Amino acid sequence: MATMTYIEAISRGMWEEMDRDASVFVLGEDVGAYGGAFKATKGFLQHFGEERVIDTPLSEAAILGAAAGAALVGMRPIAEMQFADFVTCGFNQLVSNAAKIHYRWRLPVPLVVRLPSGGYIHGGPYHSVSPEAWFFHVPGLKIVAPSTPYDAKGLMKAAIRDNNPVLYLEFKYLYRRVKGEVPESDYVVEIGKGAVRREGTDIALFSYGSTVQFALNAANQLAVEEGVEAKVVDLRSLQPLDTSLILESVAETGKVLIVHEDNLTGGVGGEITALIADQAFEFLDAPVRRLAALDVPVPFAPPLEEYVLPDQTKIIGALRELSRF
Amino acid sequence: MEPVLDGRPPAGALGPKEKLELYYFLRLTRECDNAILRLYRQGKMVGGAYTGTGNEATAVGSAYALENHDYLLPMHRDLGAHLVKGQSVRNIFLQQLGRAGSLTAGRDGTGHYADPVLRIYGNISHLAAMIPVAAGIALAAKMRKEKDVVLTYIGDGGSNVGEFHEGLNMAAVMKLPVVLIVENNQFAYSTPLGKQIAAAKLSDRAVGYGIPGVTIDGTDVVKVYETCRVALERARRGRGPTLIESVTMRMQGHSASDDASYVPSAMIEEWKARDPIALFEVELMSRKILDDAGKRDIEKNVRHVIDEAVHFAESAPYPEGPDSVNGVYAP
Repeated sequence: MATMTYIEAISRGMWEEMDRDASVFVLGEDVGAYGGAFKATKGFLQHFGEERVIDTPLSEAAILGAAAGAALVGMRPIAEMQFADFVTCGFNQLVSNAAKIHYRWRLPVPLVVRLPSGGYIHGGPYHSVSPEAWFFHVPGLKIVAPSTPYDAKGLMKAAIRDNNPVLYLEFKYLYRRVKGEVPESDYVVEIGKGAVRREGTDIALFSYGSTVQFALNAANQLAVEEGVEAKVVDLRSLQPLDTSLILESVAETGKVLIVHEDNLTGGVGGEITALIADQAFEFLDAPVRRLAALDVPVPFAPPLEEYVLPDQTKIIGALRELSRF
Repeated sequence: MEPVLDGRPPAGALGPKEKLELYYFLRLTRECDNAILRLYRQGKMVGGAYTGTGNEATAVGSAYALENHDYLLPMHRDLGAHLVKGQSVRNIFLQQLGRAGSLTAGRDGTGHYADPVLRIYGNISHLAAMIPVAAGIALAAKMRKEKDVVLTYIGDGGSNVGEFHEGLNMAAVMKLPVVLIVENNQFAYSTPLGKQIAAAKLSDRAVGYGIPGVTIDGTDVVKVYETCRVALERARRGRGPTLIESVTMRMQGHSASDDASYVPSAMIEEWKARDPIALFEVELMSRKILDDAGKRDIEKNVRHVIDEAVHFAESAPYPEGPDSVNGVYAP
């Protein structure tokens, strides 16, 4: 066991897989000599060489298209988007091309797209995006969203070994704020399996990524203050979703709060709500509640950003309201 | 290390045997297109029908320059390239008709299939999207120290899409083994060249990428072959991509539902006189490589192959509806 930050765990996951499998390589803007804008590939160039740690031109569509092409003929590329925001420049390659290849051609496309996501860093409208809803709708893509260093490494290794395009959401807010125990051994976290972070029988709280820790803190505080016990589920994967864990948790609690950093309308929370309405209606004792960012671009100035994004206080408010229902 | 070549003669060395083979593929391509149009008019076609009439010399001559292990990423008017690379006429019609036994099991039509054994990776409808993919395949080949080259295509219209720029620039700066043919067939659907680009020639764009660019007569199958052969060998030796503008004419509408009434009739007449197959036939006849009897044999052979394939595909079953949910994700 070693204690490492969230971004060190991401880095470790890539490093171990590149050591293990010569077909794994990274490409992206400034990933080589500079080590990546967030230093996720620091030292990679020296260890693996420039053939496997490739600095590309500033061309997101070419990065993603080339990754798909290399994957088609047996390589396992990891494509870094410098910020998740810029994946829109290569959107076509993911949704029109990579996502549909296996369905049309029965050929695997083992490709990982790293997406430094989310706000809480005063990045403004172009460095704070939560991209998951754009891709959640697209058959053929997988999406993972780790919230801990343990999962960051385990999901990275699972994503690299997966034979499909996997969007790996990594949260800039967590990069150096979160530390945790990470085994030095080889392990994977299975894509499609959520994790129960806190047991509770009063309310089921579903979250992922940057807001899991807020959710956990809020649940703990409410338990102390009001004796309300929320079960906190970290979804970890968005596509596929761990629907059985979701439905089981609804049956156990009867009340649901879904928290995500992405804005509300058309978000992942809406689909989870629909799933519950469809398959767990009889267990509900209250309306399903969603707490998400407001439906505005993520603004720059700290008071504006704080107002827009979910936080611990807002989660406590939502839990309290549900507990009184 | 010198690349190992397994087949084609160098530029300038095409013999009578190869020229007859080129002629066969030109005729086969056109007759396949005609059969596709017949099926469309008979209401038997699934979806649209896109032909490459006028483009046969470019499609056939370019693919003929490939080695067996090279990669082909063709466009929707390059049926001849599929055939030269080894695709069966049966598979072409199974694809056209959306049958269960097609290379996409009915999930996609036309040339939108992949055949990894033949190293053919079809286009998608988003033009230029396959240029970055070609760069990625070439990158993989380079990383693995293989000597395979990727030949891909785009049209005059598709050359204005952003991915053309991103893909070609990446291939150029990384010196990837890619050859890109820009099939300038004068129209992007209904939009003439003059409304698409301000440059004098599409090959002028090459200078911006620091790669060679050349404009050739795309109706001359031997010229296309020789130009591609040189470009492919350059790429194979690690010197990077070449842009080849192949000038042709789209002799029919964008698809079978387009009567192309926006094309001036004088233009059609002018290009009819430059029909790539008729031109090549005259040359072969004058050089005594082909005679009337040989021509009849080839026509008979082509007709037989196509009739058999169309019959086979028409008799083949459609996929079952519930099969549609399978295969979204790889195991």
